[in-house]
Amino acid sequence: MSAFITQFINLLAAILLMLAFAMLSQRRILSLIYLYTLQGATLVAATAIVGFVTHQPHLYFSAAITLVLKVLLIPMLLHRVIDRLNVRWDVETLINIPTTMLMGIVLVMFSFYLAQPISQMSATIARGTLGIALACVLLSFMMMITRSKAVPQVIGFLSMENGLFFAATAATYGMPMVVELGIALDVLVGILILGVFMFHIREQFDSLDIRHLEKLKED
Amino acid sequence: MPLDWILMLVLAWLLIGSAGVLALRRLTLVARLLFPAGGLVGLLLLVAAALALREAPASAVLPLGLPSLPFHFRLDSLAAFFLMVIGAASTGISFFAAGYFRRGEGTPPGLLCLEYHVFLASMVLVVLADDAYAFMVMWETMALSSFFLVIANHRLPEIRRAGYLYLLMAHIGAIGILLCFGVLQANTGDYTFANMRAQHLSPFWASLAFLLALFGFGAKAGIVPLHVWLPEAHPAAPSPVSALMSGIMLKTAIYGLLRVTFDLLHTPLWWWGVLLLGLGLLSALYGVVFAAVQVDMKRLLAYSSIENIGLLVAGIGLAALFAAYGMHPMAALALTAVLYHSVSHAFFKSLLFVATGSVLHATRERSLGKLGGLIRFMPWVAWMTLIGALTSAGLPPLGGFVPEWLLLQSFLFTPGLPNAFLNMLVPVAAALIALVAALAGYTMVKFFGVIFLGQPREEKLSQAHDAGFWERLGMLWLVSGCVALGLFPVPVITLLDAVTRPLVGAGLGAAVSGSQWLLIPVSLERASYGPALFLLGVAVSLALAFALVRAFYHGRLRRAPPWDCGYPWQNPRMQDTAEGFGQPIREIFSPFFRIERSLPTPFDAQPHYRVSVGDHFWHWLYLPVARLVERLARLIGLLQRGRIAIYLLYSFVTLIAVLMVVKR
Amino acid sequence: MNALGYLSQLLEIFLALLLAPLLSGWINQWRAWLQNKSAPSLFQPYRKLHKLFNKDLVLAEHASSLYRITPYVVFGCMALACAIIPSLSTDLPLSPAADAIALVGLFALARVFISLAAMDVGTAFGTLGARREMLIGFLAEPALLMVLFSASLLSKSTSLTTIVDTLAHRDLAIYPSLAFAGVAFTMVSLAENARIPVDNPATHLELTMIHEALILEYSGRHLALLEWASSLKLFAYSCAGLALFFPWGIADALSPLALLLALPMLILKLALGGALLALLESVSAKMRIFRVPEFLATAFLLAVIGMLVNILLGV
Repeated sequence: MSAFITQFINLLAAILLMLAFAMLSQRRILSLIYLYTLQGATLVAATAIVGFVTHQPHLYFSAAITLVLKVLLIPMLLHRVIDRLNVRWDVETLINIPTTMLMGIVLVMFSFYLAQPISQMSATIARGTLGIALACVLLSFMMMITRSKAVPQVIGFLSMENGLFFAATAATYGMPMVVELGIALDVLVGILILGVFMFHIREQFDSLDIRHLEKLKED
Repeated sequence: MPLDWILMLVLAWLLIGSAGVLALRRLTLVARLLFPAGGLVGLLLLVAAALALREAPASAVLPLGLPSLPFHFRLDSLAAFFLMVIGAASTGISFFAAGYFRRGEGTPPGLLCLEYHVFLASMVLVVLADDAYAFMVMWETMALSSFFLVIANHRLPEIRRAGYLYLLMAHIGAIGILLCFGVLQANTGDYTFANMRAQHLSPFWASLAFLLALFGFGAKAGIVPLHVWLPEAHPAAPSPVSALMSGIMLKTAIYGLLRVTFDLLHTPLWWWGVLLLGLGLLSALYGVVFAAVQVDMKRLLAYSSIENIGLLVAGIGLAALFAAYGMHPMAALALTAVLYHSVSHAFFKSLLFVATGSVLHATRERSLGKLGGLIRFMPWVAWMTLIGALTSAGLPPLGGFVPEWLLLQSFLFTPGLPNAFLNMLVPVAAALIALVAALAGYTMVKFFGVIFLGQPREEKLSQAHDAGFWERLGMLWLVSGCVALGLFPVPVITLLDAVTRPLVGAGLGAAVSGSQWLLIPVSLERASYGPALFLLGVAVSLALAFALVRAFYHGRLRRAPPWDCGYPWQNPRMQDTAEGFGQPIREIFSPFFRIERSLPTPFDAQPHYRVSVGDHFWHWLYLPVARLVERLARLIGLLQRGRIAIYLLYSFVTLIAVLMVVKR
Repeated sequence: MNALGYLSQLLEIFLALLLAPLLSGWINQWRAWLQNKSAPSLFQPYRKLHKLFNKDLVLAEHASSLYRITPYVVFGCMALACAIIPSLSTDLPLSPAADAIALVGLFALARVFISLAAMDVGTAFGTLGARREMLIGFLAEPALLMVLFSASLLSKSTSLTTIVDTLAHRDLAIYPSLAFAGVAFTMVSLAENARIPVDNPATHLELTMIHEALILEYSGRHLALLEWASSLKLFAYSCAGLALFFPWGIADALSPLALLLALPMLILKLALGGALLALLESVSAKMRIFRVPEFLATAFLLAVIGMLVNILLGV
C-alpha cells in the first residue's frame, strides 16, 4: 500500500510540475487563474495524503487552510481584480513560449541535479518530489520574469509560494503550524496590497504594463 | 592476400588516370572507356575489401617516399569496412561520371580523369595507411586532388573562391591532425600506428590528442563550427565530384576519428563522449535547419551532409560514452548505427548529388526557384531521386531508417549509465535526434517536390531530356544500394560485427543472426524491426486495395484541368517557391539565421524582394579571425620598404645576429 | 505463433477497416449534438465512401503517376499501422515487423507521400497544404516518438505489444510520466488528425485549411481511399492512445475468451473516447496557423519532460 501511496504522491508532484509548465505556456489571464486554482487543489490533496500516511494531524489543518485560501479565497479575489480592471484578454510574453519552455526543461534538470543529494539522504515517503518542488519554484520565478503585465506576475508569485509549500510538505512533512499560519496570512495580505497596487498603477499610467514603472526612475 | 589485391587496384586506378592524360582531349575515349573501367575497379575493390573484412589484419611495407622512412600499410576490419564504402559508392559514381562529363567545361576531360582517379586512390591509401607519414602524404594528396576537381570550372570567380576556402580549411585541419600524431607518438620518435597503439598516455595527453584529432578531422567532416567550406565547395564542384566528396571523402574523416578515438587511444574518457554528442547534435540541427531554407539544390544537399555528419558524430559520442563506462554491448550498438549510417549516407547522398547533376545538365539551372515539373520530362531520374530522397529522410523501409532506428535504440538503453546527470541529458538528446530526422523529411519533401513536381516554372524546362545510359546505370547501382540496405539489415550488421569487436570488444552479430527477416538487436521483447515484412505489409494492402476497388467498382478516368479557384490567368510562376516552402522554418528557427531582407515599397514600379540567409558563425568566428590575420599581415608588411639599402640592412642585421649565436 | 494469433491479427485488421468510418461517424454525430445541430446518420461515412467509389475519377491534366499511386500507398500505410497497434490482443504475428519507432516512420512515410502528391499538380493550394502538413509533421512526429518513448522506458522495450502487455497486465501502478505523455499525446493526435484547434475538418476555408488543401484535387476512388485512410489514421491514433493510457481489457496471449471480451471493451472505450474528442473539439477554438508550431512545440516539450520525469523519479 505504501508503494502505491508514494506513486500517488509522485503523480501529484508531476501534476504540479505540469501545471507550472501550463502556466508558463498560457497567455490568457483567466486561464492562469484557473490553473492556479487547480494547483492549489492538487496541493490540498497532496498535503492531506501525506498527513494521512504519516499520521500527522497538523497536516490536515494546513490542508484545510490551503483549501480555503488558495482554492477559494485568492482565486475569488483575483477574479474580482481582473473583472474590475477588465484585463481578461491575452497577454503577450516577453520571450516566445517554446523558448521559455526550453529554458524550463533546463531548469527542471538543474533543480533535480541540486535536489539529488538531499533526496538521497532524506527518508520521507516521496524522495523524488523535492526536485519537482524546487523546479516548480524556479519555473514560477521564470514566469514572473517573462511576463510584462502585473496580474500574471502576481500569479507567478503566488504559485512560487505553492512550490515552496509543497517542498516543505514533501521533504519535512510540513512546517511548524505557526510558520504556516504566518505565511498564509502573509500571502493574503500580500495579495491585498498587490491588488491595491495594481489599481494604482492603472490609475497612474492607464495600463497595467509594468514597463511603465521604468519611468519612475530618477534620471 | 586481399591487401596486395587492393594495392594492385589502387595502381589500376592510377594507371587509368595516367591514360587519361595521354588522351587529354578525347572525350569519348575518356568517358566511354576510362571512367567505366574505373567503376569496375571500384567494384573489385568492394569485393576484395569484403573478403578482407573477416580476416586477420595484414600489413605491408612499401619502400616509397623518403629513404629509411617507408610507407606502412595495414588492412584491418575497420579499414576494410571503409574500403567497402569507397568501393561501393565510387562504382556508381564512376559509371555516372562516364555519361556526365561534357565538352568545354573548364579543365580538359583527360586531366579531370587523372585528378578523379588520384582522388579515389588517395582515399583508399588514407584508409590503409599505418604510419603518420603515409597518412599525412595521402591526406594531403586527397585534399589537393579534390581541390583541383572542385575548381574544374575555374573560369568562374566564385568557384575559385570556394576552392581556396576549401583548401584553406583542409590545411588548417591537416595541422591539427599532424599535431595529434605528434602527441600520440609520445616522444619516441616512431611514427608508426603500431607504436602509437603501444603507448599509454596520461589522461591529459590523451585528451589533448583527442581534441587535436577532433579539430583536424572535424574540419574535414564539416562539424559545426568548422563547416563553412562545405556549402561553398560542394556546389562549386561538378556533380560526380560533389558526390565523391560528400558521399566518401567526409567518411574518411569519420574513419580518422574512429581510428584515433577507439584504436590508437585505447579507452575513451566519458567527457569525450559528451563533447562529441553535443557537437554532433549541434551540427545535425544546424545543418538540417539551414538545409530547409536553401534555394540552391546543391547547397541544400551540402547542408544536409552537415546534418548527417552531425548524426554520425553524435553516434560516435554515444559509443564513446558507453565504452568509457565499460558497457561494451551498448557501445557496439551505437557504433553499428554509426557504421551503418556511413554506408547508407554514402549511397543516398551520392545518389542525390549525381541526380542534381542530371538535372543540371538537362536544364542548366541550379536554383530551385526556376525548376519544377521535371518528373514528366525525366521520369527515370525523378523516380530514382525519389528513392534517394526517401532514404535521406530516414523513412522505413529504406536504408536511412535502419541506422536511425539503431541509434534511437541505443539512446533508450542509456538510463543504465552510472552518472545521473548524463542520464538526464539523454532524453533531450534523443528528442533532438527525432527532431532532426523529422526536419530531414521536411527538407527532402522540399527538395524533391520543388524540382520534380508541380508545373515547370520556366519555359525551357519542357525541353529537358532524361539521363543517358551510363548515368542511369550509375544511379541504378546507388538506388539498389539504398533499397538493399533498407530491406536486408541483418547480413550487413553481421558483417559489421567484425568491425566493432576489435574496437569496443562486442558486436551485435550473435544477437541479430538469430533471425534473417527480423532485426533483433537484443531480444524480441525489447525491440524488433522487420523491413521486408514491413514492406510486404504495405505492398499487400496496397495491392489488395487496388484489386478490390477495380473488382467492385470501376476504373473509369477523365482528365481535366485542375481547379483554378475561379482565376484562370494563373501561370506556373505563381506556384509556391522553394523560398516559400522554407519560410516556416525560417520563422521558427530565426535565431539560427542572419537574415537580411529588403522589402519593396508599395509604390515601387519594379518591386524586388531580396532576402539573404547568412551564417552567424561566419560573422562571429571567421570574419574576426580573418581580420586579425589581415592586421598581422599588415604589420609584417611594414618590413617592406622598397629601398634596397634597407633590405641590405636587414641582411646585415641578420648576419650579425647569426654570428652572435654561433659565437656563443 | 499459433492459429489464434493469426486469427486475432486478421480480426484486428478487418475490425479497423470496418469500424474506422463508424468512429468518424460517431464523432461527427456527437459534435453535431453538442453544437445543438441535428446529427447526420451514424452510417453517413460509409455512404460517402460508396458514393465516391462509384463516381468517375477526374484527374488533373498533368498529374504524374506519383499522384495516382499515392492514395493506395497512404491507405496501405494506415492499414499496416492499424494492424500493428494492439487494440484487441497483444499476440500479433505482424507486430515484430514494426515497433514504436517504425510506427512513427510509417506515419511519416504516409505524410511524405501525400505532401508530395499535393505538390504534384502545382496549384497554389496543394503546395500550401503540403507545406503546412510538413510543418505540423516535423513537430508532431518527434512529439509522438517521445510519447512512445516514455512508455518504452517504463517497459524497457520499444515493441508495441510488450509495452501494452506491461501496462495492461502488471500490478496496478501509477506512472507520473504518463500524465505528461497523455497530455502531449492528446495534443499531437488533435494536430495529426486535422482536428479543431489546429485544423477544421468541416470547412474549405482557404486561409485555414491544411488537410483539405492537401486532397483538394483528388476525386472519385482516390478521394474515397484517402478519406478512408484518414479515418483509419484516427482509428489508429485512438487505439494507440487507449492502449497506452487505458490498456485494461486488451486480451493476453492464448485465450479465446479474453479475445471475445476485449471486443466489447474496445468498442466501449472507443465510443467514450470519440465522444470526449467531440467535446474537446466543441469547447476549443481554432487557432491561427502561426500559433500551431507553438502548440506542437509545447506538446513536444511536454513529452520530453515526461521522459525526464520518468528518469528523475526513478520509476
